[in-house]
Amino acid sequence: MVKTRTFPKGGIHPHGRKTLSNTAAVVRLPFPKTAVVPMSQHLGAPAAVCVAKGDSVEAGQIIGTGESFISADIHAPVSGTVKDIISIVLPNSVRTQAVVIETETTFDESVLENKYRREQNDSDPVARLSSQELISIVKKAGVVGMGGAAFPSHVKFQVPKGKKADYLVINGVECEPYLTSDHRMMLEHTDEIIDGIRAVQKMINAPQVIIGIEKNKMDAVEKMEKAIADRGLTYIVQPLKVKYPQGDEKQLLKAVIKREVPSGGLPIEIGAVVSNVGSIFAVYEAVYTGKPLIDRIVTVTGDAVRRPGNFLAAVGTSIRQLVEAAGGFTEAPAKIVAGGPMMGFSFFDLDSPVTKGTSGILALTDKNLDHSPMTACISCGKCVAVCPMGLQPTKLFRLIDNGNFDEALKLNLMDCKECGCCAYTCPAKIPLVHGFKYGKKMARKKS
Amino acid sequence: MVSTIVYAFLSVSLLGALLGMGLAFAAKKLAVKKDERVILVEEALPGINCGACGFAGCAAYAEAIVSEGAEIGLCPPGGKESAEKVSEIMGKVLNFSEKKMVAKVHCNGNRERTQYDFMYKGVEDCNAAILLHGGDKSCKYGCLGLGSCIQVCPVDAISKTDDGRVEVDKDLCIGCKKCVDICPTHVMKMIPYDADYYVACNSFDKGGTVRKICTVGCIGCKICEKKFPESGFIVTNFLSSLDYDSKGVDREGAAEACPTNSICKIL
Ligand code: SF4
Ligand code: SF4
Ligand code: SF4
Ligand code: SF4
Repeated sequence: MVKTRTFPKGGIHPHGRKTLSNTAAVVRLPFPKTAVVPMSQHLGAPAAVCVAKGDSVEAGQIIGTGESFISADIHAPVSGTVKDIISIVLPNSVRTQAVVIETETTFDESVLENKYRREQNDSDPVARLSSQELISIVKKAGVVGMGGAAFPSHVKFQVPKGKKADYLVINGVECEPYLTSDHRMMLEHTDEIIDGIRAVQKMINAPQVIIGIEKNKMDAVEKMEKAIADRGLTYIVQPLKVKYPQGDEKQLLKAVIKREVPSGGLPIEIGAVVSNVGSIFAVYEAVYTGKPLIDRIVTVTGDAVRRPGNFLAAVGTSIRQLVEAAGGFTEAPAKIVAGGPMMGFSFFDLDSPVTKGTSGILALTDKNLDHSPMTACISCGKCVAVCPMGLQPTKLFRLIDNGNFDEALKLNLMDCKECGCCAYTCPAKIPLVHGFKYGKKMARKKS
Repeated sequence: MVSTIVYAFLSVSLLGALLGMGLAFAAKKLAVKKDERVILVEEALPGINCGACGFAGCAAYAEAIVSEGAEIGLCPPGGKESAEKVSEIMGKVLNFSEKKMVAKVHCNGNRERTQYDFMYKGVEDCNAAILLHGGDKSCKYGCLGLGSCIQVCPVDAISKTDDGRVEVDKDLCIGCKKCVDICPTHVMKMIPYDADYYVACNSFDKGGTVRKICTVGCIGCKICEKKFPESGFIVTNFLSSLDYDSKGVDREGAAEACPTNSICKIL
């Protein structure tokens, strides 16, 4: 086996807590009676609603069009009638329009299965179609990055003129504690992921494929390796030491290809495209079955959840329904987070819908939380040591606290990935990341 | 021994004298002629460097008036008095008619009167708090109470009240609008100094929603507008506001009729 690697600078080792849910096979959640489908589920401009109240829609039909360069189409996750178009606030505090669809009583999984079937006798679509045709399929299917940031995939896979991709790096790191949706995906859909990788490899025309997986998922490493060998492919599976935030694009690239993305730059500038395994599976579905991105795997976990597990949920399903499927709460949770504990967003409204980017729902008990009060910075320098971007969180925070946003910009505030290593480590419990989010907002406002 | 001290003393004195002469010479020879009107204008400005005029401070504004012909009367704290002095110095006729305006927080909600969605533990600043679901208050239009405005006010006119609200002292306020610019929910608004009433709510939520989350919010029932047509209250987007240029007949009646006491008298 190949030697394990990791990124060189900074990083932390929080408790993984993955055993809560990593052996729970994915269960398909019943379709919601009403689906609330937000128009802003991705980075970039929100999609524009293109249906009206009273319209009847079919599952997979476009209900929101993403016209700007960086945007993505939104499809109906169920068949039914548009009941209303409302304004909601998502767990990540984005206010957006949402289409409310009342699911018709006859709609069930078989409708989707019949509509989106992989033709057994189809000649290989990846061989048959050109890279541009494949990219336009991805665009039509509304595929976005499913690791969290939800960047529209068709934009990412369109290698700009004059640039070349040497590597396609597949992100199976899942470094966020608690989350296991990508892990289950790799175990349960290994072959589909390989097919998806072939499609993306053709879109970006990369000679080399490396799949990065952390060592706490050795079963996934082995399964992937076997599937690759069975097909006689040359993809490399790179096991990685467990360290947060290895799933961040820039850290992953440092770990697997030892190249550093320049400040403010994109991976393509160093000849790489990174894609999360969840997105790869969505590409597979789009290319081989024609299915748009209308559902995803969500890990529901945490000490306040009775039966943690992984669920395949339609976009627009309420988080309440997810929690109920996991056996409900054991006690009133002290904090609920959409996403992982490091970069997720704490929220309070269980009626919020699942979006394309919802990787997990984490319900924590009061015992899980650290209530120690914030004190003044003791200049211990721990935050500087763990920052993978080589920033000086303590100094940045002081500048921002004093309203000196320009100076903070000069110290590369914008390079901060909001990974949370600094705040996790800080013994003075200073809300460093929150300060940086605020500082970025104020700096943008000024310029 | 003694001679060493004498020599040192003499040489340092000589050096001092020489350098002093050099400086005196330079000051005469290299002096920049400063338009004395700049000094006069600067004296006519209040000198608190609040920046409300849009320049880097009083001196910069004075310089701009004299050498770049910048508009006179951009200084809210100086008001009419200072603008008159400046136009006299510059030999210009002034048509300065603006009323003195002051800032006011248009929200009366606090922990007792308004519902909160969660416990906020982040950075103590309104612009930071709004990043999380638009703030911990269920009402997304109200005052977040963390005092971003207090931080920026150049004359300390803003303070927190005992019951957890934020208030502007209208006699201290110089009308610089810094608080209005920094306030993330736009609940800080300018009103005339001599205003008699104001609507203490900033919520565009529908009446039903407001009723659920706040006991002192405007529900947009239009009683003030319909029953007291000459009072100057107008309801748009489920929120009443007061037109201070209106006749203002029976605003007191409107205030009494308001079912949620959102119309308040200014003392
Ligand atoms: S949140 Fe930003 S400053 Fe803190 S460790 Fe991560 S990259 Fe560095
Ligand atoms: S870790 Fe916290 S206490 Fe230590 S230097 Fe950084 S900000 Fe200060
Ligand atoms: S008026 Fe605005 S800036 Fe001042 S405390 Fe209230 S919300 Fe914050
Ligand atoms: S209260 Fe507002 S407008 Fe008045 S002086 Fe202070 S910052 Fe300026």
